[in-house]
Amino acid sequence: MTYQFDFGAVLEYWPQLAHGCALTLSMTLLSVLAGLTIGLLTMLAGRSRWRPLRLLAVGYIELVRNTPFLMQVLFLYFGLPQLGIGITPWPAAIIALSLNSGAFAAEIIRGGVEGIPRGQFEAGAALGLHPLQVLRFIVLKPAMRVIYPALSGQFVLLLLTSSIVSAISAEELTAVAQQIDTTTFRSFEIYIIATALYLLMALLFSQAFKAVERRAFSYPQK
Amino acid sequence: MIRDFSVNEFLAIVSGLKATVLLSLLAFAGGGLGGLLIALARTSQSAVLRSASAAFIDFFQGTPLLMQLFLVFYGLPVLGYHVNPWVAAGIGLTLHAGAFLGEIWRGGIQAVPRGQTEAAHALGLGYMARMRDVVLPQALRLSLAPTVGFLVQLIKGTSLAAVIGFVELSRSAQIISSTTYKPLQAYGLAGLCYFAICFPLSRFSAALERRYAAKT
Amino acid sequence: MQSLIEMTGVQKYYGSFHALRDVNLTVRKGEKIVLCGPSGSGKSTLIRCINHLETIQQGSIVVDGTRLDGSMRTIDAVRMEVGMVFQSFNLFPHMTVLQNCTLAPIRARGIDKAAAETTARRYLERVHILDQAAKYPAQLSGGQQQRVAIARALCMEPKVMLFDEPTSALDPEMVKEVLDTMIVLARDGMTMICVTHEMGFARQVADRVIFMADGQILEEAAPDAFFRNPQHPRARAFLGEILAHH
Repeated sequence: MTYQFDFGAVLEYWPQLAHGCALTLSMTLLSVLAGLTIGLLTMLAGRSRWRPLRLLAVGYIELVRNTPFLMQVLFLYFGLPQLGIGITPWPAAIIALSLNSGAFAAEIIRGGVEGIPRGQFEAGAALGLHPLQVLRFIVLKPAMRVIYPALSGQFVLLLLTSSIVSAISAEELTAVAQQIDTTTFRSFEIYIIATALYLLMALLFSQAFKAVERRAFSYPQK
Repeated sequence: MIRDFSVNEFLAIVSGLKATVLLSLLAFAGGGLGGLLIALARTSQSAVLRSASAAFIDFFQGTPLLMQLFLVFYGLPVLGYHVNPWVAAGIGLTLHAGAFLGEIWRGGIQAVPRGQTEAAHALGLGYMARMRDVVLPQALRLSLAPTVGFLVQLIKGTSLAAVIGFVELSRSAQIISSTTYKPLQAYGLAGLCYFAICFPLSRFSAALERRYAAKT
Repeated sequence: MQSLIEMTGVQKYYGSFHALRDVNLTVRKGEKIVLCGPSGSGKSTLIRCINHLETIQQGSIVVDGTRLDGSMRTIDAVRMEVGMVFQSFNLFPHMTVLQNCTLAPIRARGIDKAAAETTARRYLERVHILDQAAKYPAQLSGGQQQRVAIARALCMEPKVMLFDEPTSALDPEMVKEVLDTMIVLARDGMTMICVTHEMGFARQVADRVIFMADGQILEEAAPDAFFRNPQHPRARAFLGEILAHH
């Protein structure tokens, strides 16, 4: 093998790489939070009595889940200017990630709420509690017990998906890696390191989420 | 010169579908083979095989697909091979599929009731016969729904091959978008093509889940 | 004695299925009523209309002077005075026994936590389950869970208790502890409507037995009269079936 590995040339750029990680994490966090809100609203829309709203919710979910994220982000970033709306990479990335995350969040939240037996709602109502009180005190925690693991899985998935926004030059870890690549030409090394950084972030957050889960949802279950 | 978005452009984008479908099938077939081996390793008696396959799965499930494709694309020349988008995309997606399918089928194998393996043992069946005739058929039937579900993920994943220069549906859309300055039409059309393939598969997977879901 | 519950001309449909046909029922304060009949006769539906878990299409339901007119105000008022015990207990799994009992008094009646807990302990003691106050429902047996459910309903200090097949989901050896609890409740003067197949309980406790089939009340009588000499042919058939298996 004639290739000489030179990780040093790449590791010189550790501040930029660290910054890239921070950007990826903040991008993911913002998008997950926005996605949760979108998901909640979509789930409520899916249960509405008004048919057009239900169809809109289902259409949105199916469209996002059955098309590649790359297409979604390119469609958004290049499509909006075609409609006369200017947009820069970072906001476009966040919007695309949020919309993507929202569709999955809606299904996850729906699964959690639909898993609550009807009897729980009835017992709450029979005791004189209002629907919002039932949701808050009776439904929320058991639903979260189901939703939380799925949502934390979604967080990690979104973290990995965020690498795709490099295609529109949004600043995050992959884009930083690509920049370092063009300066050092040490492609194999830089992508090995970037991959390792993603793996590290994914593992850290998975473990952290599991630890919280053990603390918060440890009530005995039959 | 900015071209109009007409029938020619429409056909140019749709022609990318061929490569998308081919790449998906290739990766699914290759990944299926690899996934089978990984699932068997993951459930084997050997601790070494179990950890190695677990590490393989964790790596591919804990890193972005895009990075996996880059590693293959930039790593192949290092190992002395010429880089060719087909080969790079094919190998990358096959490894990716192998890990995910391996994990899905591991779940299927573990969902087969233990009594089945015990009965097979009692009948004097060796490992190969046990797996081939008793465990795997049941495991695969239990995993049918998530397997089809993953096929959808794989088809969507082929879009990233565009980033390493492989011309399929997404890359065709990119090219047409940049020559016609009509990204809404170009990416919209590509999106619809993906939807046309993936949506029926998703529904099929959901229907399978209702019929064959493993009751854990 | 004034009537606590008055159902007049009640009709209920599930789509095109006629679930309750012209139901007229008056329950006086302190009365214990047992509702029995074959499956699908509308017994559960009837009591679930009383606390508005089911809606009616025609007729009127008046509970403790409040007429249920579909408004949140009347529904709230009625639910404060009507307690319900379900076949599947429906205890809240993420709360302790004590928390299950204090939730509604605190949130729906606005009682402060300390007072709610004192009341809860009193009722938990009454159903002989105070020692499990810090446990979670999953840690209790079926019979224990149902007794907690009874205490939970009692903590709202209702005027009427509705029981929807409270022992049907229990293993046989636990049925007695729940029925004993209900008997004590009855002897202490609680107004009760029980949908149940437990005929022994009916004989002991009921002032009136009401027999339903196909959404209609077909016979009403004192327990002795009903069990010894049922009038309606369907009641006779039903009792024949039930008693053959006891």
